Amino acid sequence: MAILECKGLSKSYGPVRALDGVDFAVASGRIVGLLGPNGSGKTTLIKLANGLLTPSAGQILINGQAPGVETKKAVSYLPERSCLPEWMSAAQLMGFYGDFYADFDRAVAEAMLARLNIDVKARLKHLSKGNREKVQLIMVMARRAQLYLLDEPIGGVDPAARDFILSTIISNYNPTATVILSTHLIADVERVLDDVIFINQGKVVLAAPADQLREQQGKSVDQIFREVFRC
Amino acid sequence: MEWRFDGGAPIYAQIVDAVKLAIVSGELPPGARLQGVRELAMEAGVNPNTMQRALSELERQGLVYTLRTAGRYVTGDEAVIRAARRELAGGYVETFLTAMGRLGMEKSDMIKLLEADEEV
Repeated sequence: MAILECKGLSKSYGPVRALDGVDFAVASGRIVGLLGPNGSGKTTLIKLANGLLTPSAGQILINGQAPGVETKKAVSYLPERSCLPEWMSAAQLMGFYGDFYADFDRAVAEAMLARLNIDVKARLKHLSKGNREKVQLIMVMARRAQLYLLDEPIGGVDPAARDFILSTIISNYNPTATVILSTHLIADVERVLDDVIFINQGKVVLAAPADQLREQQGKSVDQIFREVFRC
Repeated sequence: MEWRFDGGAPIYAQIVDAVKLAIVSGELPPGARLQGVRELAMEAGVNPNTMQRALSELERQGLVYTLRTAGRYVTGDEAVIRAARRELAGGYVETFLTAMGRLGMEKSDMIKLLEADEEV
């Protein structure tokens, strides 16, 4: 069964159709890039998968279920903007995540924080922006989830931090979990992707394995993206 | 090993070529043990599935083999390594000929250049 499935999924904000009849399914064990320009519907799709929005039409299913309490146990979500209480320290956050999520692996989080020399006693508001983002990613990746939904995990961080984020995704990857990450920075992520889904103006315009695209078109995913979305 | 990926060739195919080159050049000598899929994937910054696919392909070509529990090793079969060297050389020659052809070089000009560094 697909871990994530969209069937005729549409979402409108008033007269604006953010998603328009989206159909696709993602299997387990894949790292999938949800790629599209700004305003294409990436964040809307991810919010729908988390139950933060409800569909205007169609369905979105996780393990065959509509988003709800059960699916949230299986899904680890990195929002586009930080959602963590700034007065908390990383140590407090680990307690917080441990209380909320049965699959949170504190040892994994501690090891990652130590590797980055992040002071676990410092409040988030006293950390640099880059370190705050890393702390949040660590919390998300330290869960033993079935589906990771990462909304723009590499936007706004420096290239070294980008490498850390991508290697964290690779190293925490397990063959039964699926990672979906949205971004418009294709060149940085294409090496880690199994599959790509191109989304534009609320519609899926292309969905295929990344290496298959490269093989068939003799171009990098980044080049293909630039052609598909040429302004 | 240095990992660099470019252009439109599939990533797994580029990994196959990079490992092949390391084996042919002796950087990975016959019988050498390869790191695990995950370590290699981390090092190269690629998806573990892609690395797995590349290693399976190298295995299919006989350049590496798996011992059930002990890991993956470079072949000790010199003939296989020689064949890989010829195959890689063939690829470079093709690239060379294409580039020289674009420069308007005839085969005889190229041979002169190669043999004597002569002005053509």
